[in-house]
Amino acid sequence: MEKQILSGNEAVALGAFQAGVKMASAYPGTPSTEILQNFATYDGVYAEWAPNEKVALEVAIGSAMTGVRTLFTTKHVGLNVAADPLMTLAYTGIPGGLLMVCADDPGMHSSQNEQDNRYYARFAKIPMLEPSDSQEAKAMVEAGLLLSEQHDTPTLLRMTTRVCHAKGIVAVDAQNQAAIPKAEGFTRDLKKFVMIPAFAKQRHPLVLEREARLAEVTEASPFNRIEWNDLSIGVITSGIAYQYVKEILPDASVLKLGMTFPLPKKMIQAFAAKVDRLFVVEELEPYIEEEIRIMGLAVEGKVFFPRLDELSPDAVAAGFAKAGVLPFDLPPAAEKAPGSEMPRPPLLCAGCPHRGLFYALNKMKAIVHSDIGCYTLSVLPPLQSIDSTLCMGASISMAHGTAKAMAQAGLEDKRPVFAAIGDSTFFHSGITSLLDVIYNRGNVNVIIMDNRITAMTGGQQNPGTGRTLQMEETIAVDIIELVKALGVQRAREIDPFDLQGTLAALKEEIDHDGPSVLVTKRPCIQLFRQDPKAVRVVDTDACIGCKMCLKLGCPSISQGAIIPDEEGKKERRYSSIDAATCYGCALCEQVCKQNAISVVAG
Amino acid sequence: MTRDKTKTTNVLVVGTGGQGVITASEILSDVAMLSGFDTKKSEIHGMSQRGGVVTSHVRYSETVYSPMIMEGEADILLSFELAETVRWLHFLQPDGRVISNRQRIIPPAIYAGMGSYPEDAENVIRQRTTDPIFVDALPLAETLGNPRLVNTILLGIASTLLDLPLDQWTAVIARRVPATFKALNLEAFEKGRGIQ
Repeated sequence: MEKQILSGNEAVALGAFQAGVKMASAYPGTPSTEILQNFATYDGVYAEWAPNEKVALEVAIGSAMTGVRTLFTTKHVGLNVAADPLMTLAYTGIPGGLLMVCADDPGMHSSQNEQDNRYYARFAKIPMLEPSDSQEAKAMVEAGLLLSEQHDTPTLLRMTTRVCHAKGIVAVDAQNQAAIPKAEGFTRDLKKFVMIPAFAKQRHPLVLEREARLAEVTEASPFNRIEWNDLSIGVITSGIAYQYVKEILPDASVLKLGMTFPLPKKMIQAFAAKVDRLFVVEELEPYIEEEIRIMGLAVEGKVFFPRLDELSPDAVAAGFAKAGVLPFDLPPAAEKAPGSEMPRPPLLCAGCPHRGLFYALNKMKAIVHSDIGCYTLSVLPPLQSIDSTLCMGASISMAHGTAKAMAQAGLEDKRPVFAAIGDSTFFHSGITSLLDVIYNRGNVNVIIMDNRITAMTGGQQNPGTGRTLQMEETIAVDIIELVKALGVQRAREIDPFDLQGTLAALKEEIDHDGPSVLVTKRPCIQLFRQDPKAVRVVDTDACIGCKMCLKLGCPSISQGAIIPDEEGKKERRYSSIDAATCYGCALCEQVCKQNAISVVAG
Repeated sequence: MTRDKTKTTNVLVVGTGGQGVITASEILSDVAMLSGFDTKKSEIHGMSQRGGVVTSHVRYSETVYSPMIMEGEADILLSFELAETVRWLHFLQPDGRVISNRQRIIPPAIYAGMGSYPEDAENVIRQRTTDPIFVDALPLAETLGNPRLVNTILLGIASTLLDLPLDQWTAVIARRVPATFKALNLEAFEKGRGIQ
């Protein structure tokens, strides 16, 4: 049997390929992105980046309607975007296997909230599987597709960061695979697929009947299993929390839940009846715990285990210690070493085209509603130039709301209002926001930062790049033409590496009464190799240690050697530019009033 | 109830975005798997690609459950940057070993007044651990011909402290690097093995 170390995401991609999935659609989002990136590399499959998750799910529904096995993936907040089609899809059902993979991000490693999407399965009444490692993630793909086909429903495969990005050993051969059903093609069925109220009313009872059927399925699911051991402690757990429980309490009895909607109530009752103390250990919300409490069983859980942040073996150990499950040898509480509190926040890359714009915006003292992308990092010092970040596509509509409210209420705030949004985010859901501004005669200065890629998630293609996920050539949307078609009369491109030009353009838009769009057009630095001839160096004879260049927050610029003593002057250090990482954007050269920075001589 | 924490080998690999932390931990995981161990590895990336903190937990044993190491239970802290060594010292078990690159990468946030770089990092590490191994891996890698060899040098040092067969190390490294850099990487690995 061939084995590989795979991440949960890689395992899902492999599982989907081996289970005969032919179609996949998604918008990239950490921690889900690598599923489609990997899936797209297999032979004979079609995989695409859709502009947003709602569109991606709708594409997947159209595909599964033909009976073709289909994959949709999203991060947790993306499912909010796709919630609209999901809720009605739960009514229509679907003839082909449709697996919806949702990757939650407990701990918010790269997200704006830490919602628990297990509630979506309960909300939509669709079956949910929760893997605890890569091997199980792979197995659950096929099982989820079968559930989908057998019960006329989409299946939710809910993962979390530590399952998506943790790697474990997976048997990668495709033996013992069930036969892949042949797609029957699209069949007209109006009462099933046209959800006018009269037909939807006929579907709702079917949804409840399906839920009852699934309640029986879950009792027999091989993914729900009891590991009998010491009966004094019984732990019900799912997902990554299972691994922490096994690590911390190897002698406890465990009910490991892999199918978590619906819950196997008979199995839970049988388990609870045999153990002295019943615990639930689950990440984020008390989803299982509350269901068990509703069943009338005595259960302990969130009183000991945190509801905030991701779980860890440490948090699970601390919880059991608090619960008095002792004797127990917690690891010695090692204090953090002095110096370990030093911050090292993520930052815009050296050479990032966003840096010039946010440096300029900082100087404008404007109200800046931002969107979600690398550029959100400009909230940190020294750039500190954005005021809000809510969700994708929201910057433009929020700026519109702020500007309208200030005008309506006659507020004495003279600050101009800007909206900043990336190219991919604009395509995701900024277009409709801009349409609102134009339609409702708003006065917002919109900046679309076109860096020719979806940078935050690691450089994925989008409708502006001219390439598909599978690297086929395609139309590259012209943003200026697009916004003009939406009704924007004042739109132009500017170069964010030209600091004076950028500042002048921003000032010009403030003075202009009415909406406008500036497109900062410079490709993401990750698309290039460094050009050694463009690397900047500091002339130590000219540098006076004024630190102006350090205000750019560029990771290539640091303080170097001490400037020799001059009478009556405080100690200062030369600036220094790291030749290995400088991409030669020349912003530092522009901010240096001493002309101490230039390209390497010769 | 009790737990047996002695059976699993825990290696915490740390550094900053872009240093090659993830690659190093992938090589280590591959070596562990090919040596017959159950192996798990957990990392956080995403934001950390942009110069932030990168950590990767590698665990191997007969059976591994958690992909994450508990605080106070790392056998080896393999660090690519001095201040990051200090940041993760509390993960080390009492007789755990530190292998630390001496490179200092000062975050721009420091110049904006957000805290200070731990100047006496090396002393702090010496006070808290037994026999820490410090290495000037960057200049050494540059002498060998490529700054990216830092990675392989550090793995070479780690290989002398781990119970994994040498031939698996060299096989995995040879397979993972581009053919043109194979000899250079194996040389860097050997250099690392010579450092105590």
